[in-house]
Amino acid sequence: MAGHDYRSWGRYPAATPAEVHRPVTREHAIAGRASSMLAYGNGRSYGDSCLNHDGTLLAMRSLDRFIAFDPASGLLECEAGVLLGDILALVIPQGWFLPVTPGTQFVSVGGAIANDVHGKNHHRAGTFGRHVRSLELCRSDGSHLVCTPDDNADWFAATVGGLGLTGAITRASIALRRIQGAFMDVESRRFGHLDDFFALSAESNDDYEYTVAWVDCTARGTRLGRGWFMRANHRPALGQSPDPGRRSGPTFPFVTPVSMINRFTLKPLNTLYYYRSIKNRSRTNQHYQPFFYPLDGIAHWNRAYGPRGFVQYQCVVPHDDGRAAITELLDRIAAANAGSFLSVLKIFGDVPSPGMLSFPRPGVTLALDFPNPGPRTFALLDALDQVVMAAGGAVYPAKDARMSAAAFDRYFPDWRAFCAYVDPAFNSDFWRRVTDHDTDPNQDRPT
Amino acid sequence: MRKLLIVGATSTIAEHTARRFAADGDALFLVGRNDTRLAAIAEDLRVRGAAQVATHVMDADDLSAHGPMLDAAEAELGGLDTVLVAYGTLPDQTACQADPSAAVAAWHTNAVSVVALLTDVANRFERRGGGLIAAISSVAGDRGRASNYVYGSAKAGLNAFLDGLRHRLFARGVQVLSIRPGMVDTPMTADFDKGPLFAQPDKVAGDIHKAICRRRAVLYTPGFWRLIMTVITCLPRAVFHRSKL
Repeated sequence: MAGHDYRSWGRYPAATPAEVHRPVTREHAIAGRASSMLAYGNGRSYGDSCLNHDGTLLAMRSLDRFIAFDPASGLLECEAGVLLGDILALVIPQGWFLPVTPGTQFVSVGGAIANDVHGKNHHRAGTFGRHVRSLELCRSDGSHLVCTPDDNADWFAATVGGLGLTGAITRASIALRRIQGAFMDVESRRFGHLDDFFALSAESNDDYEYTVAWVDCTARGTRLGRGWFMRANHRPALGQSPDPGRRSGPTFPFVTPVSMINRFTLKPLNTLYYYRSIKNRSRTNQHYQPFFYPLDGIAHWNRAYGPRGFVQYQCVVPHDDGRAAITELLDRIAAANAGSFLSVLKIFGDVPSPGMLSFPRPGVTLALDFPNPGPRTFALLDALDQVVMAAGGAVYPAKDARMSAAAFDRYFPDWRAFCAYVDPAFNSDFWRRVTDHDTDPNQDRPT
Repeated sequence: MRKLLIVGATSTIAEHTARRFAADGDALFLVGRNDTRLAAIAEDLRVRGAAQVATHVMDADDLSAHGPMLDAAEAELGGLDTVLVAYGTLPDQTACQADPSAAVAAWHTNAVSVVALLTDVANRFERRGGGLIAAISSVAGDRGRASNYVYGSAKAGLNAFLDGLRHRLFARGVQVLSIRPGMVDTPMTADFDKGPLFAQPDKVAGDIHKAICRRRAVLYTPGFWRLIMTVITCLPRAVFHRSKL
């Protein structure tokens, strides 16, 4: 693609930086910048946490060098602009894998740390930040702070999951996970109700490293929360592992005039997917790429949501109340005839996240997209927020474009303590929104 | 295993090209003006699989530094079989029109210093009867245009020089590759509005890697530039002079 438009992945909201600075070296990541800054990785945050309207964006992708890799211990050190996919391409042939990966490999290391991302193995491995052994933080006062869980530990805790507000992360070292080959042993099972999801999760916890479920967000009543449960383990080595051709899949060629995911296509698409197979369960030997990154195969799939883009909603609710809260959320979404084709349920385990503002916490997480941000969608999401707040849960900042300052305060009560670590020259559209308790959160929304 | 010298190794295109050779397990000798940047790039290439990476600080405008640099490269890698010249400047055309010394400086970097360097390399490769010389020129060298003819004419001189060198060295089994990229999204073009013709450095690097491995003579990258430049060079002068190119 020519040039760069510095949007977020949801293509909503729109924001234009006043200036873009592309650092050439780690040492000069933010040299000479004075006003509102924000590091921008590969733009895979869904909402406005990676945007800085009228401010400076530090385009960190130019810092994409490896620094060191020890194939004996699996410790990898690299610059923050390296993509997770670049790491996999380098280390898989040497028998290593990312300890935690989100649903796209087109995420920068800096972005993965700043959002403390999680994957399908959260119940075993916790978040990405758990596996970061050290990081370097470049502050606007010119200092370069090396932070580890032991040294500058408070800065480490603030920066992991710190939404890029503590300064620019320029380098990091990550402890990788041993594998023997690029293939996965994947079992898929159809389930008819939300209760079955909880049963399957409990049953799979000990024996499967990766678990995740797709749910039909249009189903109600006795079918509520029906879907497919996927569980998988890395396979032991079986000869050479062919590369399925990374980054060479089809490209979604243009932004469609209207969202292809809408009230007319939503139910048929979900129903079709639920009945995709006549068998209720299947066991396959699958390459890691379609298992971890099913959507990476279609470049620019976000364009299918039309010119108005989409918003994603990912929340977590604690275990105790989880079932009731998820039931209510799914019911409200189905009743509103809203939601997406890609609705995901997953149990978060109790491995603690290292970051002060990390999103993952023990409980159940639900994630889905809502096309065409507009008053109806925002009203529904505000209603969902009420359910999540009442259950003592949280909404994921990396995927948010609209939560109110009051909601953020409930979800992340540590944010006031976190403020002490925010670099005075750094800011983001997200941060301005969720820390501004004086204005009506609805005033800037489309009507 | 290739023994590859890259002059101008801190350029974005060179760095991405070097990554491809590093992944092949080649030995690399990197030359540039900035020691810190060379060191960071060398670290990266070692991790990516290069058999050996050495760095050398040199300003290509200093012609007397070329010979010692080539000696160092040969000593470090135990010989040389591939040389990639990747440095260059994109001068401000308006400044070059106003100031003869600016025009001459642009010529010195983009043409004169490359001629000096490659004459030395060519003689070494001719003596050993093999090798490959590649230099990054530009589509701008195909026809002088009002908007950037100082840069373009230096690259045109370079193109003709490479053509002649290829002709001369053919009998000795030395290949010469003239690389002609269009506009690439790099720090060199940071101030430009990026239109649809701009290519990403990794795409250009992939094309260069392939052209070197296949011992091609002339590379337009991305490939559509061959067609564009054919049209531009074929435009009758009467039409061309009325255009804004």
